Amino acid sequence: MTSLKAFAIASAVASVMLPVASLADGTVEVLHWWTSGGEAKAVGELKSAFEAQGGTWVDSPIAGGGGDAAMTALRARVVAGNPPSAVQLKGPGIQEWAQQGDLADINDVATSGKWDSVLPPVLATIMKYKGDYVAAPVNIHRVDWIWANPQLLAKVGVTAAPTTWDEFNAVADKLKAAGITPLANGSDPWQDLTLWDVIALGVGGPDFYKKAIIDLDPAQLTGDTMIKVFDQMRRMRGYVDAGYAGRSWDLATRMVMNGEAAMQIMGDWAKGEFAAAGKAPGKDFLCWPAPNQGGYILNSDSFAFFKVTGADKIKGQKVLAGLVMAPDFQRAFNLAKGSIPARTDVPLDGFDTCAQKSHEDLLAAISGDKLVPSLSQEMAISRSYRGEFLDVVTQFYNSDMSSADAVRQLAAAVARVKAQ
Amino acid sequence: MDRTAPERIRRRFVIGNLLERWLPKLVVSPLFAASLVFVYGFIAWTIYISFTKSGVLPDYTLVGLSQYLRLWSTPRWYVALQNLLVFSSLFIGGCMIVGMLLAILLDQRIRAEGAIRTIYLYPMALSFIVTGTAWKWILNPTLGIETFVRGLGYPDFSFDWLVDPHFAIYTVVIAGVWQSSGYVMALFLAGLRSVDDEIVRAAAIDGAGPVRTYATIILPIVRPVFLSAIIVLAHISIKSYDLVVALTGGGPGYATDLPATFMYAYAFQRSELGLAAASAVMMLMTVMAIIVPYLYSELRGRRR
Repeated sequence: MTSLKAFAIASAVASVMLPVASLADGTVEVLHWWTSGGEAKAVGELKSAFEAQGGTWVDSPIAGGGGDAAMTALRARVVAGNPPSAVQLKGPGIQEWAQQGDLADINDVATSGKWDSVLPPVLATIMKYKGDYVAAPVNIHRVDWIWANPQLLAKVGVTAAPTTWDEFNAVADKLKAAGITPLANGSDPWQDLTLWDVIALGVGGPDFYKKAIIDLDPAQLTGDTMIKVFDQMRRMRGYVDAGYAGRSWDLATRMVMNGEAAMQIMGDWAKGEFAAAGKAPGKDFLCWPAPNQGGYILNSDSFAFFKVTGADKIKGQKVLAGLVMAPDFQRAFNLAKGSIPARTDVPLDGFDTCAQKSHEDLLAAISGDKLVPSLSQEMAISRSYRGEFLDVVTQFYNSDMSSADAVRQLAAAVARVKAQ
Repeated sequence: MDRTAPERIRRRFVIGNLLERWLPKLVVSPLFAASLVFVYGFIAWTIYISFTKSGVLPDYTLVGLSQYLRLWSTPRWYVALQNLLVFSSLFIGGCMIVGMLLAILLDQRIRAEGAIRTIYLYPMALSFIVTGTAWKWILNPTLGIETFVRGLGYPDFSFDWLVDPHFAIYTVVIAGVWQSSGYVMALFLAGLRSVDDEIVRAAAIDGAGPVRTYATIILPIVRPVFLSAIIVLAHISIKSYDLVVALTGGGPGYATDLPATFMYAYAFQRSELGLAAASAVMMLMTVMAIIVPYLYSELRGRRR
């Protein structure tokens, strides 16, 4: 203890005596779980950009469980009073930590960078707690995509994207009749929920999505539209092959790539798999927006900034916040990760056609107020509510439950969490 | 220097005596303190958390029984409990029967017994993660048994328990029994070998057939083996987590959820520490319901 205190005093003295050496640089510790291929490369972009400004970057990658392991580590760090400067957090997860009083206000960086005018309003709201920015987004992933194999679709004479779910069903039925597996899907509950997410937007439209899923309006949760959403989900189960048990989403993407299945409904992180295999969009695979009534399901990765002590760390945190939102970095990062910049003012030349389409649709959705945060990707509602949707949807999809029962169970589950 | 020699010897003797009396307690005390804090302290903490409204972080505001009420109105919890019941009874029963039969067959003084015994015991050397992954591939309809048999010329053959929510829990039983019955076999074999040959011969002279000999003479003699095997298997089945995670991931849906996977999902994936703690307390009470009567009978037996 005394040696620690002595060290603290010594370093405080040193920082007073050598203000140039320590204050100009800044230190950040970044906790994240981007450890695989393209993701690790993308985070490397951030690291080198930060170090180019003379800062010290302490990397804390914690792989495993889609971030569960990292969250466990974060909990321990915060309870011990030693949080990292920035943590890969998203959606309502940011609010959970802000409510605990653990997040730092970075409004000065946001104001000078004019974040309000360059971020989609839906996304800006998620980054703020009580009107103050506490997090910065690095990218936007679109969730409502159909990834399709053009050769297989040509066999049944399909060339244009379906614009309604009825058209989708017609295409799928044709494929099935021709002996082709229409849909590739894995077995993780979140994959089932991703499918349901996309169907809910496409069948109900953006207004329904907002009322039923984000506002959790009981009338919409139990209404006829919700029944139709589950009915379509039931049809999807018939389009999947029998061997989906234990299959991860990237293996499902590979089925589309190898011609074992015609389509996959998944966010545009799937594009990374095609790119890694050297496939070109438009020729080797197609990216079609799923039937969505003009909507757009938004997923975004972001960094939340935790309250740290020490001038060096605070300085590093502010530099990092500014850097994350810098147009050059957003461009470089998203070229590596396959998503599009969270800033809507970054030009997309040099990005592939899918990303350009995504950007174009995003701007249209923002102006038409049809942009919705994703339920399945933990952007829309707290993890407690999302968990209840996850349970009901995956249970419905993997059994012979009726749509009416599913709707009843969903409403009961939501009411249970509300009563909490 | 002014002390006399006898006094020095006496002092040394006293110190030695003290040390002798206190050394065992001194050596055990760190272990005792550690288990006090890390086992009983954390049990108490978990019980306390289960009565609070803790979410993403512990929050010490008491809310009474509301987490328990919510737990017992969650359909997924009932699925987990039902699965635990089905899994433990079939797993324990299956291992006992298969293990016992294997032991009896091996006991017939067959050739190459050493090699066969090793083969049956080998699955025990694997972790449940390996067993689960291997069986996941074997039972997968498009990779494993179903495709294989169809390839042999039976196109109507169907074996898709792994993806059928009503049958998926039985695949966990199959993999579990495959892994653990060899261990039960080893326990029984040791028991059977300790039975006195004179008794078996006497039974044969009295005209008892092999079935009768085993059922009424040998198995009653090795009764203690039953108890130890059941205790070992029971605790494997209650704490079972890794096998389910590797084999089915709790799926399809949450059809193969067990209380342990339920607790993990709520604590680490859903930021619901309070509810997870409540489910952990329910698991603790289940274990207590089995262990306490057992300990009681053990201790009473020893006193007598």
